[in-house]
Amino acid sequence: MPKLLPLIEHVVKKPIWDCRMCGQCVLHSTGMTCPMTCPKTLRNGPCGGVRPDGNCEVVPDMPCVWVKAHDRSLNMPLLPQKWRDEFNHLRPPVNNSLQGDSSWINLINGKDRETPDGWDPGHDH
Amino acid sequence: MAKTEKLPMDGIPAMTINAFEALCSSRERAIVTAEFRSFDGGDLADIEKALAEVAPYVDALNITDNPAAHAHASNTTMAAAVKTLGGNPIMQVVCRDKNRLAIQADLVGVTMFGVENFCALTGDDVTAGDEKEARRVFDLDGPQLIAVMTGISHGNYLSGRKLKSEPHMFIGAVENPTAPPLEHRVERALKKVEAGAKFIQLQICYQPELLENFMAGCVANGVAQRAAIMPTVVFTKSARPLTFMDASVPGISVPQAVIDRVANSEDQAEESYQLVKEQVIHALSLSGVAGIHLTDFRHDGSLQRLTRELKIGPHEQSQQSQESTNAYSR
Repeated sequence: MPKLLPLIEHVVKKPIWDCRMCGQCVLHSTGMTCPMTCPKTLRNGPCGGVRPDGNCEVVPDMPCVWVKAHDRSLNMPLLPQKWRDEFNHLRPPVNNSLQGDSSWINLINGKDRETPDGWDPGHDH
Repeated sequence: MAKTEKLPMDGIPAMTINAFEALCSSRERAIVTAEFRSFDGGDLADIEKALAEVAPYVDALNITDNPAAHAHASNTTMAAAVKTLGGNPIMQVVCRDKNRLAIQADLVGVTMFGVENFCALTGDDVTAGDEKEARRVFDLDGPQLIAVMTGISHGNYLSGRKLKSEPHMFIGAVENPTAPPLEHRVERALKKVEAGAKFIQLQICYQPELLENFMAGCVANGVAQRAAIMPTVVFTKSARPLTFMDASVPGISVPQAVIDRVANSEDQAEESYQLVKEQVIHALSLSGVAGIHLTDFRHDGSLQRLTRELKIGPHEQSQQSQESTNAYSR
């Protein structure tokens, strides 16, 4: 089962979201747009290189992942308000040891929300 | 707040240590920062000479980190050198080239040389540079890097392991007021402030209305009050670099009317200078702007001329106070 589930997740999420199996899914907070499809794998918003037409600095023919995410987080129908509100939250660095895992399992056991002991952003601000 | 410390070496006018941080907090006059040139060899004397030319006119110097994805002498070595030579470096750190281990090692290392000011950037992609086949890293992103810097300033690595001390670090970031999604840029600036950024240097902006909108947003959401915002202006000598930036530099677009203005003038160098001067005056007139960041592609004394003509920066202030002939430190 532990090996079957990542396969099922990949089959479901790859065609829809181009899922990269980071194992710590944040789609709900990014307008159902996978930030790992950003060529720079940015988890916290668009870089400064977005072209005037809204396309990607790295792949000029591709719309910026974060421009899409921003638009969808505001305008996508049926997206719960709580998820929209999370758009500007600071997402921690990727846990690269979870790559290839099922994010569904990591959601249930809480592994996708574990952060290093030194990750304590904004505690004096 | 501002400690004064004399130069360890002769020849360079002393800059007040931490004057930049003090000004970001006090806002008693417009802050002037500039991008220090990059090096591809030579020796410390070359750095000292370049520093002496610009240091008296600015409050701090940005030390770039492989700008536009081109390798140069490293940000860490240059920041340590500038600090040792009596300058006040702002060490830029990009996310493109190193993972979290290497970045933290760099940060802790340079704090041991007394480097205090840091600026976190995502960084141009490797495809912007001359080694397009390089692996891009981006193990951290810009906001995460700010938070990691803040953690180190509190005496711990990201892992939680303790440092021997809590290094004094003054942390900042960048933002681009001209890149889509425009309405999100002020939210992103706020995110960076909440992660620990105390100053924000802006990407070069040739559209005054976009800068005005961004600044109005930053005043409205409190970013301008919590962080010292410095728009960037770039010294060019002709229309050609404007055309180049518009076509080739990620995140910068130059309106055709601006390019034409310079291209059709009788003296392109002077017209370029006047354009820069107008941009600086406009930027400093905006509510919430704390200072200006200057990038110099000319290296012909224009930067020095501008600070004199507009009476901005530490040089001008010390000239007015006339405390001594070499009183660049306050």
